[in-house]
Amino acid sequence: MRKVGVIGAGMTIFRRRLQETGKEMCFEATRMALDSAGLSIGDVDMVVNGTAPDAFDGVHMKGEYLLDGCGGYRKPYTRVFTGGGTGVFSTIAGWWHVASGLADVVLVVNEEKMSSCQPHPQSVFAHIWDPILDRPLKPNLVWIFAMEMNRYMTVYGIKKEDIARVAVKNKRNAVGHPCAQLADANITVDDVLKSEVMAWPVQRLDISPPSDGASAVVLASDDFIRRRRIKDRAWISGVGWCIDSTMWTDRDLVFPEYVARAAKMAYGMAKVRDPRREIDFAEPYDPFDYKELHHLEGLLLAKKGEAPTLTREGVTQRDGDLPVCPSGGLMGVGNPIAATMGMKIGELFWQLTGQAGKRQIPHEVRTGVSQAWGDLMQYGCVVVMRA
Amino acid sequence: MTARVAKWPGVELSAADLLEGKVTQTRFRPDAKYAWSAGEAISRFLEELQAGRLIARTCHRCERILFPPRMFCEECFRPTDAWTYIRDTGTIETYSVSYLDTDAKRISEPILVGVVSLDGASPKMGMMHYFGEMTKDEIRIGMRVRAVWRPAEERKGSVLDIRYFRPLREGER
Amino acid sequence: MTFLERTTDARRYRAWEGNMEADYIYTSGLAGQRFFVALRDEGRLLAARCTACGLDYLPPRIFCEECFAELTEFVPVPPEGQVASLTVAHQDRTGALASPPQVWAFVTFKGVRGGLLHRLLATPDAARPGMRVHIRVRPREARTGTIADIEGFEPARSTK
Repeated sequence: MRKVGVIGAGMTIFRRRLQETGKEMCFEATRMALDSAGLSIGDVDMVVNGTAPDAFDGVHMKGEYLLDGCGGYRKPYTRVFTGGGTGVFSTIAGWWHVASGLADVVLVVNEEKMSSCQPHPQSVFAHIWDPILDRPLKPNLVWIFAMEMNRYMTVYGIKKEDIARVAVKNKRNAVGHPCAQLADANITVDDVLKSEVMAWPVQRLDISPPSDGASAVVLASDDFIRRRRIKDRAWISGVGWCIDSTMWTDRDLVFPEYVARAAKMAYGMAKVRDPRREIDFAEPYDPFDYKELHHLEGLLLAKKGEAPTLTREGVTQRDGDLPVCPSGGLMGVGNPIAATMGMKIGELFWQLTGQAGKRQIPHEVRTGVSQAWGDLMQYGCVVVMRA
Repeated sequence: MTARVAKWPGVELSAADLLEGKVTQTRFRPDAKYAWSAGEAISRFLEELQAGRLIARTCHRCERILFPPRMFCEECFRPTDAWTYIRDTGTIETYSVSYLDTDAKRISEPILVGVVSLDGASPKMGMMHYFGEMTKDEIRIGMRVRAVWRPAEERKGSVLDIRYFRPLREGER
Repeated sequence: MTFLERTTDARRYRAWEGNMEADYIYTSGLAGQRFFVALRDEGRLLAARCTACGLDYLPPRIFCEECFAELTEFVPVPPEGQVASLTVAHQDRTGALASPPQVWAFVTFKGVRGGLLHRLLATPDAARPGMRVHIRVRPREARTGTIADIEGFEPARSTK
């Protein structure tokens, strides 16, 4: 397998509503990623597009619809989709294009335009439930997360304020992010605990917002990087992915075993033997504050039930021993599902190449891990990157 | 990079820009209609619901009792072997108190909803359903519950043939 | 390997009926805003120009798909186009009989990449590929900035 590096990244601002069409957002993010790598579209061999359910944008076969904005015109082009997991998985798909030797340079472009869906993207989330077993109960998607959060809290005796600390940290971290939708320098744990109850235990400030946005990264082989003397690069040293049972009512809601399996695959490839000691910072998927904790445990960066303690002790702050979501994450920057690649893969690249500006972790970081979570809360994918 | 880029792309719109048509736009309302085939296992499951019973499938290799029933075992990856009735009592595995309806509209009277693992099926095997005859302060994980069925003549072969799960009463098993 | 047990009475199989309803508002986007405002306010078509590649795109877009440059120049589309191909629809979208049958055409314009699909305001007998056409727009007060501001293409008076 060939060595693969990330050599450029770009993203649009994330907002509840953007005027751009989906393909226009893709163009803006892609153009920025190419410019940052110093490449033109002619340098690109293949293109991977990642985007979540068609029903948000309201365009069937979204991959086809977005292809020209992604720079896919007359090139080998594929759309990949693993629900929310697409935010990290599309980079894994891009990686195998280069690692296999099929391509030297691959563009990965992710997009979501959730504002098209009226009155709220929640209404089409109804269509991801089982039509016979679940939909007659008229579920709201938040229910399933509320049930997982409740079980996690109950089994380990975790308090709501321990979870709210994640929301506070990420929304404050996002203050340094130029694309952030929900940055808040002054938010407190009390604000989260007093916010509107949506589906107990989920309150308004426990949850990331729907957003419009796009992001792009450029991947290249080590040959290409050497030949073109590209200085700003971060290496992809491990990838992993795994999915759990389709019968969600059968699953263990306390520990995300599928994330742990994906992490072990990625750590094995990256020769990470002791993740807690060898991983310098992490960008786990945080569409809800409790998910960051859940995923830190799945990523084997915290023992079961102990991620809230790390958070309380400040270990996961940007200047802590294990910075988590230094980008501001989905909680702070926004959640245009697949386009969250901008904070997951993009942030790893920017941090590892010292380009994160106000968000730069103050101490030296050499190894980072990012992870996304998707399908019907059953899918995990993990990427380990090194400076 | 973050410092070099002067203006990150994207043109933000307000709710009014979009909803009051201040930018040009096109509106569309698809209404796709479906008839989802229930298949072998779920057809029988719905038929038994109409009769006021819960049914599962067993896999003789892993010896699990699978609920909701399915014709193949996803762990052993082989056909399941036999039908077996399970009980309509169980345990609340988790729940939520929801102030959101299906379209994310706010409701004042919360919905109690969660996962019940059912007695007679393998551990943790269960279904999502509503809870009733309890308040949001009384509901808890681990609570023992029983299905409240609709009258036979109102049942249609649907998960809604069970109205909700209520707490087991004193002395009830 | 197949299922060990099968229901042979097809009447016992069940189907569950439902729908997938959703409402959408699609923004026209940056290039689309230029295009639809010109159509609504001035009744004319605009293309986006890539000077590097010497291409005009219809519908306009903010990027050139060849060189991937950002496009900011918008130019008028020539008033007369040509029917590249057409179809006569005897059924509408729901499968109901369309009476009289409708002619739909894909129309291209000289020197412009792309084109537009729209109604051809001609009888099936009179419609033929290659015929010269121009757009007929709705009256100003009926135009809202969507593709329906165009009623269709009508045969150009210069060619009979």
